[in-house]
Amino acid sequence: MSKVQNNKAWWLVMPVFLLVAFSAIIPMMTVVNYSVQDIFDQSSRYFVGTDWFRQVLQDPRLHDSLLRQFIYSACVLLIEIPLGIAIALTMPTKGRWSSLCLIVMTIPLLIPFNVVGTIWQIFGRGDIGLLGWFLNNVLGISYNYAANASDAWVTVLIIDVWHWTSLVALLAYSGLRAIPDVYYQAARIDRASSWAVFRHIQLPKMKSVLLIAVMLRFMDSFMIYTEPFVLTGGGPGNSTTFLSQTLTTMALGQFDLGPAAAFSLVYFLIILLVSWVFYTAMTHGEKN
Amino acid sequence: MAEIRLQNLAHSYSATPSGPEDYAIREMSHIWEQGGAYALLGPSGCGKSTLLNIISGLLSPSEGKVMFDSTVVNDMSPEQRNIAQVFQFPVVYDTMTVYDNLAFPLRNQGMDEKKIQIKVGEIADVLDLQPLLKKKAKNLTADEKQKVSMGRGLVRDDVSAILFDEPLTVIDPHLKWKLRRKLKQIHEQFNITMVYVTHDQLEASTFADKIAVMYGGQIVQFGTPRELFEKPHHTFVGYFIGSPGMNLIDVTPQPGGVGFGDIHLPLSEGLQQRLAATQWSTLKVGIRPEFVHLWDGPYDDAMCAEVTYIEDLGTYKIITLKLAGQLLKVRVPEDKPLPQGQAWISFPGQWLMLYADDYLLEASPANEVPHE
Amino acid sequence: MSLTLEHVSRAVDGQIWIDDASLSFEPGSFNVLLGRTLSGKTSLMRLMAGLDKPDSGRVLMNGKDVTKVAVRHRNVSMVYQQFINYPSMTVFDNIASPLRQAGVSNEQIQEKVLETAKMLRIEKFLTRYPLELSGGQQQRTAMARALVKDAELILFDEPLVNLDYKLREELRQEMRLLFEARHTIAIYATTEPNEALALGGTTTILHEGRVIQSGRTPEVYHQPKTVLAAELFSEPPINLMPGRIEGNEVSFANFVHFPLNVDLRNIGDGDYRFGVRPSHLSLVPSNDDDLELAVTVELAEISGSETFLHVRNEHFSLVLHLPGVHAYDVDASIRVYIPTHKLFVFDQQGRLIQAPGLRMARVA
Repeated sequence: MSKVQNNKAWWLVMPVFLLVAFSAIIPMMTVVNYSVQDIFDQSSRYFVGTDWFRQVLQDPRLHDSLLRQFIYSACVLLIEIPLGIAIALTMPTKGRWSSLCLIVMTIPLLIPFNVVGTIWQIFGRGDIGLLGWFLNNVLGISYNYAANASDAWVTVLIIDVWHWTSLVALLAYSGLRAIPDVYYQAARIDRASSWAVFRHIQLPKMKSVLLIAVMLRFMDSFMIYTEPFVLTGGGPGNSTTFLSQTLTTMALGQFDLGPAAAFSLVYFLIILLVSWVFYTAMTHGEKN
Repeated sequence: MAEIRLQNLAHSYSATPSGPEDYAIREMSHIWEQGGAYALLGPSGCGKSTLLNIISGLLSPSEGKVMFDSTVVNDMSPEQRNIAQVFQFPVVYDTMTVYDNLAFPLRNQGMDEKKIQIKVGEIADVLDLQPLLKKKAKNLTADEKQKVSMGRGLVRDDVSAILFDEPLTVIDPHLKWKLRRKLKQIHEQFNITMVYVTHDQLEASTFADKIAVMYGGQIVQFGTPRELFEKPHHTFVGYFIGSPGMNLIDVTPQPGGVGFGDIHLPLSEGLQQRLAATQWSTLKVGIRPEFVHLWDGPYDDAMCAEVTYIEDLGTYKIITLKLAGQLLKVRVPEDKPLPQGQAWISFPGQWLMLYADDYLLEASPANEVPHE
Repeated sequence: MSLTLEHVSRAVDGQIWIDDASLSFEPGSFNVLLGRTLSGKTSLMRLMAGLDKPDSGRVLMNGKDVTKVAVRHRNVSMVYQQFINYPSMTVFDNIASPLRQAGVSNEQIQEKVLETAKMLRIEKFLTRYPLELSGGQQQRTAMARALVKDAELILFDEPLVNLDYKLREELRQEMRLLFEARHTIAIYATTEPNEALALGGTTTILHEGRVIQSGRTPEVYHQPKTVLAAELFSEPPINLMPGRIEGNEVSFANFVHFPLNVDLRNIGDGDYRFGVRPSHLSLVPSNDDDLELAVTVELAEISGSETFLHVRNEHFSLVLHLPGVHAYDVDASIRVYIPTHKLFVFDQQGRLIQAPGLRMARVA
């Protein structure tokens, strides 16, 4: 929009600009710097160009991690989005119950990540955890997230669903609230079934809100670190070692700053690419 | 098709109404005959949308009965009453094509696809939607969307009545013309009961056979556009119908008639008797700007008024006059020569209305002066 | 203070919103912008106010170039379609807000607000909140806020569209009276030709971002320069018929012939489009020159005081605007009369050659 120019505004923006530069751009540039150098310690560093990138893109450990990560994010989206929408559809819209419902839904979102991890770690233990004990001794299902890979996967998924579905539900709820009543009235008059109402009125009108939900959940789940780390430490074996953990181990544990930095950039580009694809796909329909 | 009957109907939004102000609709009994085109006309807040929603079933009245033919339908939903409704803002299913939009109600009824095709084709013809059938509904203009909304109502065989809630609000004036004609043609062709809510008296008059004028939650007069225009039963009807509305002047009784300032207006014998027999606290005369007679020059029996302003509205002109301190408007056709400075006018007896406490006083039948 | 727009254009995302508009407005004038939705009225007003910058061209206020000046440095007020008021402030505070912004003293604020509220008949509501008022009252509050500033330019963007028909009639009258004694330039956008006629002053017709015609309202109405102007500035729509002048005769669609009218004699032979207003057609001949047409009735729209009769024959359809009630059945055969001295003549490019009552020079 070609608003009339007013240069005084730039002075107000300056502090924010500096802050963003300091907290985001400079560290980012540092990572770029590391990714093209071989670093042993503070004093000995050698420029290696794109060597790290080549190495990293062929590392089988990273490939495994990346694959695991994609599967994890896909599962998260496939469970959380429909579940969130379903919850939003059943949430009450008026009266005291609606406020109560909204508060209850917000609670999981407020709990810090590592606390969430810790809660479930204890909850799932076979000896002192309610869930673990219940599954093992009452239902007779053998459940041990520390030893069994699929149990660990399921648990990590459930943690995320428990923690974050509320976000999808709340976003979908706000999207639903924005639909004018006349549409529902018209649908009643047309004798539409509730499925038809969902498919032709609610879902299309929630599109923009769902786009935000999908992108947020994708980015967050793709970066997940604390919960699986607290729960299983990445185990058993490598089964729940996701990408961020692999990178952290590489960078801090092994001090392989170069390769880690290189892959961080690749990581960043993957998220950017997938988000862009999602966004274009969902708004493509609007342009027509 | 149905005759819609309202019996002792009243509606209050509050659970414990204490007086008339709490009622959105004050007690009324009314019949809408089958197949008629009706308009509910009134200003915002008069209760017309509430009444429409009660008829359609979107709202259940707090008192009284709504009957379709002889069945009480108070608790029946719109779909059970077979009502179709067209709203103020075009409601279309964005993701579907125009064809699918029109077919939607029929598909929900489980109708055969072949039959659906015929029915949709028929309605698309009537509404000039044939070229748009394959287009996605969200890409249509506002008037096209409204036509699709109307089409969804018309496409059903079993519709008992179609209700319109100010459907032309978002449409441009030049397209309003076309749509209004369309509505009228549809009514002639299909003979369905249609109720049209609006605040635009021209829309109501051109569409409806009979108009119910609503004011303060009550139907103040129910009649043909002509009746409402020529003989308004209430000052509000006089004011609301016609552009501009009726001239209303406070008067006091005088021997032989009524008067204001230094002006004397004679009344017929019958009317004088009626006036004498009535209790009243406010007395007004009303005459429509179209019926004020403007003489070409000075005339003995005419009253002399001062011209204060002339508006040229293309097809007609409105002259604002001052008569004994009261402002009056006169509507004259475009070709009529305009008075300068002063005008001589008179109020023909047949068009001069007398209102006591805002209700029309008419001469007792036996002594009535021949009308028309 | 005068306002001038010189060759102003604006395009957004490749779409032209305003196309080379040049207009000028006198101080103390009431000007109507008439056009359909999306014809550019709002865009043009935003350019006048300074909310948007034109891609090319200049905006001059009192001869000074203000194209680059931000809106808050121009002395402008605007009233919108949706009654925009500050919901958390009382009506008094709402109206006072521009004065408080300008640092006017409290006694002066008190005086001015009361004066403006009285003008708009809302002095009884000064202590209430906007949302407690009816639509008409809310819009009057918005107008009071615009007027109290005594701005040099006040813009109204279809302000009465969300109000009842009757209320609109009343407010229109009030507006005219309000502006009579002021030095401000008022610019009022509307889609309704009748509103333009009622408000008077000057009218500028816009279509697809272009200025079609501009001038004193009665002139623009009675002498539309093009077919488009005639179509846009008439309600009900003007009747148009293709026809031909040949020698001493005029013929419509090759079937109706009538001798050339005195007024039409100066026009050369050729194909033209003839226009006649619905209110000029009648069911009885008023003049020897009248042209008689046999038609069938398509529809009769009757309001209490007038009838709109839609008729057709096999070549074209017409609309008649008749005073009084004329109830005809569909497919009834009747005769209508066209007064030939009230015909508009437009050439094939749509330019006006002859308007009723106006003797125009011969066009080559």
